[in-house]
Amino acid sequence: MFDLSGKTALVTGASGGLGQAIARALHARGAVVALSGTRREALEDLARDLGGGAHALPCDLSDKAAVEALVPAAEAAMGSVDILVNNAGVTKDNLFMRMKDEEWDTVLNVNLTAAFRLSRACLKGMLKRRYGRIVGITSVVGVTGNPGQGNYAASKAGMIGMSKSLAAEVASRNVTVNCVAPGFIESPMTDVLNEKQKAAILSAVPMGRLGTGAEVAAAVVYLASAEAAYVTGQTLHVNGGMAMI
Amino acid sequence: MSDVAERVKKIVIEHLGVDADKVVDNANFIEDLGADSLDTVELVMAFEEEFSVEIPDDAAETIVTVGDAVKFLEKATTA
Repeated sequence: MFDLSGKTALVTGASGGLGQAIARALHARGAVVALSGTRREALEDLARDLGGGAHALPCDLSDKAAVEALVPAAEAAMGSVDILVNNAGVTKDNLFMRMKDEEWDTVLNVNLTAAFRLSRACLKGMLKRRYGRIVGITSVVGVTGNPGQGNYAASKAGMIGMSKSLAAEVASRNVTVNCVAPGFIESPMTDVLNEKQKAAILSAVPMGRLGTGAEVAAAVVYLASAEAAYVTGQTLHVNGGMAMI
Repeated sequence: MSDVAERVKKIVIEHLGVDADKVVDNANFIEDLGADSLDTVELVMAFEEEFSVEIPDDAAETIVTVGDAVKFLEKATTA
């Protein structure tokens, strides 16, 4: 089950905690991985740590030209991109009334527009090979909303709508497009919260704990696998029960 | 039949899985050959590859029949 050997995967945001967990999980199942992210050193460390079958491809997703060069670079390194994981994301939280245009634009550009451009670039090869898996990492807040995150929630809700539309277009070509929506996940961001903040968060999670990157990655592995061939246009929520949608 | 026409028809037959005798110059990809809109995009991609040309989107929109494709590609490959 869930064997990815012979497959190639491009993971964005692979220098971050969640992206690393996703890349590790795909690689552990046999996929060759291209690691994209902004921190070159972290990508190279990860590639080294994974051993063979891992390529570091630094890319700033807020730079249109860099985004357009990324898929060709991944195809050159691996021969194809069978699996695209749009994981990269940034936050620029602010109350709606105080939110600056730049905060809105940056978040939408990196989280949504880059995912659109990368998906479009991968489609050509996927359609030709009659096989592809596109997985978008969205968020529970894309469905529930969250005060202070109008831009982030919009980008994540946008990713869900985009994925459903694309899923309908390319389903007949055996290309599936799905999302994974994490809830609260252990990360450097949650590590800095104090006990009171943590308790407040956990009171909303029936499971009573934060999720792990590996638990999100497992959902990605499933959607990227041959076994998930009949699953498309869906959002798989990995949130300890905090939102049952 | 020109060499271009032959290559175009071969691609159409293979991609759409239709009988060769249906692939005539005035056959409309969607109405006569059962293509959907994604098929037409894929056909354009296949033509681009076969003939090593780039077909801009506004030109692609004017290619609705087999004859349109042959005409466009004959012009593009001799230019």
